[in-house]
Amino acid sequence: MAEFRLPHPDLPPPASTVGALGWMRRNLFSSPLNIALTGLAAYLLWVAIPLLLNWALFDATWSGDDREVCQSNSGACWVFIRVHFDQFIYGFYPEAQRWRVNIALLLLILGAAPLFIHTVPNPIKVKLGLGLLVAYPVIAFVLFRGGLLGLPEVETSRWGGLLLTLVIAGVGMTAALPLGVLLALGRRSTMPAIQTLCVTFIEFWRGVPLITVLFMSSVMLPLFLPEGMNFDKLLRALVGVTLFQAAYMAEVVRGGLQAIPKGQIEAAAALGLGYWKAMALIVLPQALKLVIPGIVNTFIALFKDTSLVLIIGLFDLMNTVHNATTNPAWLGFSTEGYVFAAAVYWLFCFSMSRYSQSLEKRLHTGHKR
Amino acid sequence: MTELSAPPVKPPFWNNPQVRAILFQAVALIATVAFGLSIFENTQDNLQRLGIASGFGFLSSPAGFDIIQTLIPYSAASNYGQVFWVALLNTLLVSALGIVFATLLGFIVGVARLSKNWLIAKLALIYIEIFRNVPLLLQIFFWYFAVLRAMPAPRQSLSLADTFFLNIRGLYLPAPQVQPGFGWVLAVLGAAIVLAISMARWARRRQMATGQPFPVLSTTLALLIGPPLIAFWLAGSPLHWQVPELSGFNFQGGLVIIPEMASLLLALSIYTAAFIAEIVRAGIQAVSHGQTEASFSLGLNSGMTLRLIILPQALRVIIPPMTNQYLNLTKNSSLAAAIGYPDLVSSFAGTTLNQTGQAIECIAITMAVYLTISLLISLVMNWYNRRVALVER
Repeated sequence: MAEFRLPHPDLPPPASTVGALGWMRRNLFSSPLNIALTGLAAYLLWVAIPLLLNWALFDATWSGDDREVCQSNSGACWVFIRVHFDQFIYGFYPEAQRWRVNIALLLLILGAAPLFIHTVPNPIKVKLGLGLLVAYPVIAFVLFRGGLLGLPEVETSRWGGLLLTLVIAGVGMTAALPLGVLLALGRRSTMPAIQTLCVTFIEFWRGVPLITVLFMSSVMLPLFLPEGMNFDKLLRALVGVTLFQAAYMAEVVRGGLQAIPKGQIEAAAALGLGYWKAMALIVLPQALKLVIPGIVNTFIALFKDTSLVLIIGLFDLMNTVHNATTNPAWLGFSTEGYVFAAAVYWLFCFSMSRYSQSLEKRLHTGHKR
Repeated sequence: MTELSAPPVKPPFWNNPQVRAILFQAVALIATVAFGLSIFENTQDNLQRLGIASGFGFLSSPAGFDIIQTLIPYSAASNYGQVFWVALLNTLLVSALGIVFATLLGFIVGVARLSKNWLIAKLALIYIEIFRNVPLLLQIFFWYFAVLRAMPAPRQSLSLADTFFLNIRGLYLPAPQVQPGFGWVLAVLGAAIVLAISMARWARRRQMATGQPFPVLSTTLALLIGPPLIAFWLAGSPLHWQVPELSGFNFQGGLVIIPEMASLLLALSIYTAAFIAEIVRAGIQAVSHGQTEASFSLGLNSGMTLRLIILPQALRVIIPPMTNQYLNLTKNSSLAAAIGYPDLVSSFAGTTLNQTGQAIECIAITMAVYLTISLLISLVMNWYNRRVALVER
């Protein structure tokens, strides 16, 4: 009779391939080169992290009202930020009127929040979105500017800080996207005159730096306009930023349009849809979905580019911070100021890029692997 | 059953797409021309009212201001035309150096991002996410106002081996001084380059004909380093280094990199490198691992696989967006105006414009220069793209 043998129970995997040890062997010490690199990087971190933490947290000054309290500590002087905080957010907006800015911001948050919640039904989202696009700018403008409904007028030259940065970025984004879509459609058009106009427009704006555009809007625009007619400085910057980014947006959207097969347009035509309906209902929804990363990248670039209005003397977040660091009473805290401004810009840009990644995942309906 | 009794209605002519196309285009053209004309007339009126004479005559009048960095001879007595050339060269200098440094740093970070080493990959990721999401202008200001303007006075300079000095006036490096006889070294180097190119061509032809490979890379290196070095030694080392020396309140001699240039260069390189790193990563990831395996199974070693299989395919993906970044860097160098580095926007569209009041001419020339650079690079890249594009059936 054959002897029945029980199989030997499975051996556990060697200790060096599982758990924390195995992970370290695989990811940190897999070859002599990697061991050296890990050692070098770990040494650099060992030196840099304590320096950084000591400067930013442990040796920093947090409370107080003037620069004298910072003399005793070797770390950062966050008092500088605390003292100037309101200025960084509102610029030279009159203190008594700042509630108007807060209300506008609150309205924006309340209005926009449902758009990001998945359970809200789509028709409500569409109505809210349209309200935000059409009604909100008017409400916000009236609130910020005043001069109506008994609100005292606050001239645009007194808007500043993060408020101004957000105004420029918001207006730029909402205006540049539709303009960019139109330009992209024009560039793909079969009408030679329209196509030439659009190509010239796009290539011109894409070929010059934003600074020269802003210079142009501040020194050349007054020459172009009839005598006596003049634009607000902020409006000129807004026009410059919008036209500039619309050209970049147009190229991004064109990429999406080119990726939609011709059969889609032909099918739309066969169903009896005209050009605009075919574009609005069939082509653009697919094309725009494909280029979400590109659109958000353009938005991020626009947000960062708002800092350039410093060149023409508008007091956005960047300029307000820079201005505060050159204040004779607070000299020597430029590092703190720039780190603060960088953190604010970083927060906005980074969250935009993360949101676009999640949106891309959600709208991903099986075109890609 | 429905009956098709009624004769088909002829659609009205305004629904005819061809008629519509002509109408739309006519409207667009007329609107553009009208817009252009009104701007032109307004400008004429305004210029007359303000008493500004248009034209490029101002280019030959004396400038009367100094420029802190000039690559060609320039003094306050030079004219505005020379200001333009000095400014243009400064723009090109900082752009070219920025492109070199950004590419080097970008490639290193991009490869590090793909490293199997977890720590290195994460550090590269942190670098990319930090520098990509902070405005370039802020980075320039940080390097200029918070770092370089905070350097000590010349007498307390930070120094490295008493040869390199860093202070508030800039970075001082030893300057090469060419002695007689250096021409011979250059001549030998030129001959070596010609020889190396013809050797590479010959090796390629031979490999095509016979399949015999030739160690091109090592031969080229040997050719480029060996003979010039021997010539250098034979000519009696005709190159001296002039070390900057402290005399009085400042350094004399040596090569000075002004803080404006240094901070602009640092910010431009670090910022653009973050974008280049992502491009490099995407390019390498776009070549599937099957290509490497197929190459190994054909018997190519890892160096040849990298050189002949991976790189040509990755470069096809990398080069177009990389060119975009180079263009962006060149255009971004105009931010120099914010810290007073004498580039085209700062010296020409800034100082010259303010002194002469010739707004239209100055801005037009500046924009034309950037447009020319952009269009030239686009043309070259389109040509290159067509050359390396996949040839499909």
